[in-house]
Amino acid sequence: MIQLEDLTKTFDTPNGNVVAAEKVNMEVPTGEICILLGPSGCGKTTALKMINRLIPPTSGSIYLNGEDTGKLNDIELRRKIGYVIQQIGLFPNMTIEENISVVPKLLGWDMKRARTRAAELLDLVGLDPYQFLKRYPKELSGGQQQRVGVIRALAADPPVMLMDEPFGAIDPINREIIQDEFLKMQAELKKTIMFVSHDIDEAVKMGDKIAIFRAGKIEQYDSPDKILAHPANPFVADFVGTDRTLKRLRLVTAEDVVDAQAPVAARAMKVSDLREQLTVSGSRIAIVIGSDHRPEGFVTADEIAGASGKVSDFEHPLPAKVPVRADLRAVVSEMFANDTMWLACTDDNGRYAGVVTQPAVTAALRATYAGAAGGSA
Amino acid sequence: MAHSTSLGRNAALFAVFLLGIWASASGLTGQITAYWADITYLSRQHLVLVGASGGAAIAVGVPVGVWLSRPSMERRAEPLMQVFNIGTTIPTLAVIALSMSLLGIGFPPAFFGLFVASLLPIVRNTYAGLLAVPAHLKEAATGMGMTSAQILWRVEIPNALYVIFSGVRTVLAINVGTTPLAFLIGGGGLGELIFTGIALMDTGMLLAGALPTALLAIMVDFLMGQAQLRLIPKGVNPLR
Ligand SMILES: Nc1ncnc2c1ncn2[C@@H]1O[C@H](COP(=O)(O)OP(=O)(O)O)[C@@H](O)[C@H]1O
Ligand SMILES: [Mg+2]
Repeated sequence: MIQLEDLTKTFDTPNGNVVAAEKVNMEVPTGEICILLGPSGCGKTTALKMINRLIPPTSGSIYLNGEDTGKLNDIELRRKIGYVIQQIGLFPNMTIEENISVVPKLLGWDMKRARTRAAELLDLVGLDPYQFLKRYPKELSGGQQQRVGVIRALAADPPVMLMDEPFGAIDPINREIIQDEFLKMQAELKKTIMFVSHDIDEAVKMGDKIAIFRAGKIEQYDSPDKILAHPANPFVADFVGTDRTLKRLRLVTAEDVVDAQAPVAARAMKVSDLREQLTVSGSRIAIVIGSDHRPEGFVTADEIAGASGKVSDFEHPLPAKVPVRADLRAVVSEMFANDTMWLACTDDNGRYAGVVTQPAVTAALRATYAGAAGGSA
Repeated sequence: MAHSTSLGRNAALFAVFLLGIWASASGLTGQITAYWADITYLSRQHLVLVGASGGAAIAVGVPVGVWLSRPSMERRAEPLMQVFNIGTTIPTLAVIALSMSLLGIGFPPAFFGLFVASLLPIVRNTYAGLLAVPAHLKEAATGMGMTSAQILWRVEIPNALYVIFSGVRTVLAINVGTTPLAFLIGGGGLGELIFTGIALMDTGMLLAGALPTALLAIMVDFLMGQAQLRLIPKGVNPLR
């Protein structure tokens, strides 16, 4: 857990005092990612660097897992905190192995243990240790360097990580990939992370909590969904953008809104039986299930009304399928692309997992508004 | 870059080759080899002067450059470098003359004059090389919990090494060419043959001093080039 208490930083400059952080109070629970978000110059980096004392605070206190860091030796404190910067900062004179082993060596690990750890971490981000341990940073692509920058910070398994725009220097496509990889890693490692970003999309994707900064002060500290659904003031609303409702689509997965009870039919089924089933459930369509419980087609209630024969006689191919893990942005995008009000969902093995409909998506977005409105009334 | 140096080397070899033909045709080879004993003795003296003054300049110049590059020196370093830069513009001959007026004649003033002339470029390159190490590397190192000494040894010096080494290499090659001046204040070296040859209008004697001096300069530069190629880690060596 990271706690900041009345944390303040004033820089003395020739042009007078600059207040870069003013009585910042916040708490990041163990295992969560907190994003410091805001426009350039609002004091995000300053707040972050006060935690590992690259910038000494003017006043206020910082606690890591309850311990007042003001009482610790700077050097020891920093070795217990993983640190990732936007410029990556791999040492060009060291091999990848040496780069990853910097902190373990400072902590006195033996060579063998440090090497094993380096290899294990490279594996974790999909880089072949045999190929990469002995290479120099300049022999890696930007994305590969960025991954090494992150695992270097993880080398000594610090409980706390500070990351200053860690994925800021990579192209958008690779950035998405690395963000996904990082989230997957974090799901297992459960580090307590402070993460600086100026990109609302990145913040919404990566953060358990987001702190929005303006001129050294926190304007709002909340979950991404709360910030998007209920910006505390016009500044926050403006910063998160007019499309904030669309951004919320990324926070919900199809799994959350899927109707797993939507009717299904086998091809050999008689339409008269299916008709009865649809009447009972009040559904307008049924998904046709093929071998291995895969969704393969659909029939509509209208077309089988008054007809006889088998389901296969009335089957249409499915317009599209989405994985049930996909976020609602992807789902809605598929719906628009295929001009449909519903989509069949599949689980990790491609089996039928239910149906998402546009009304269900809208209802999910509305639910947060209604819930919070009730709560604040 | 490698291409242009090999071109230069080929041109130099070709010039030496032509010189050789002309020398043997005019009977100069015989005149030069007549000084063989002097050449070997004076070459050794020459190299001792170069090695001692260059070595001392490295031993003093690198630490001074490091010291000037420390953050605590930030304010004073630039003015000091300006003074050093002015110092560099003083001709080496003047430096040697001045050192004679202080230390008399013989090895000590020659050593001292060459040492002073070599010192400044080494300080300057060390200082510039260390300042050119990107700030974010130092920040990453600090953030990871290195002490200032660890940052200096593990990050700053290795990353400035190529620039520092380039300074040393240039200085040594120039030093070989400047050392003949040592003769003027009784410091010995190949200058003895060169200047006496000039005074006596004896081309053979002059060349017996000049050719080995040129050869030594090429050799020293070549050896330093090889050392630079091989000793500096691959990650920070633009040559490989
Ligand atoms: N070393 C410093 N000296 C003086 N002012 C500084 C220093 N570092 C940052 N600042 C000022 O503090 C404010 C916050 O900077 P910073 O934390 O880097 O912002 P951000 O990371 O949000 O872009 C800015 O106005 C900046 O100019
Ligand atoms: Mg910043």
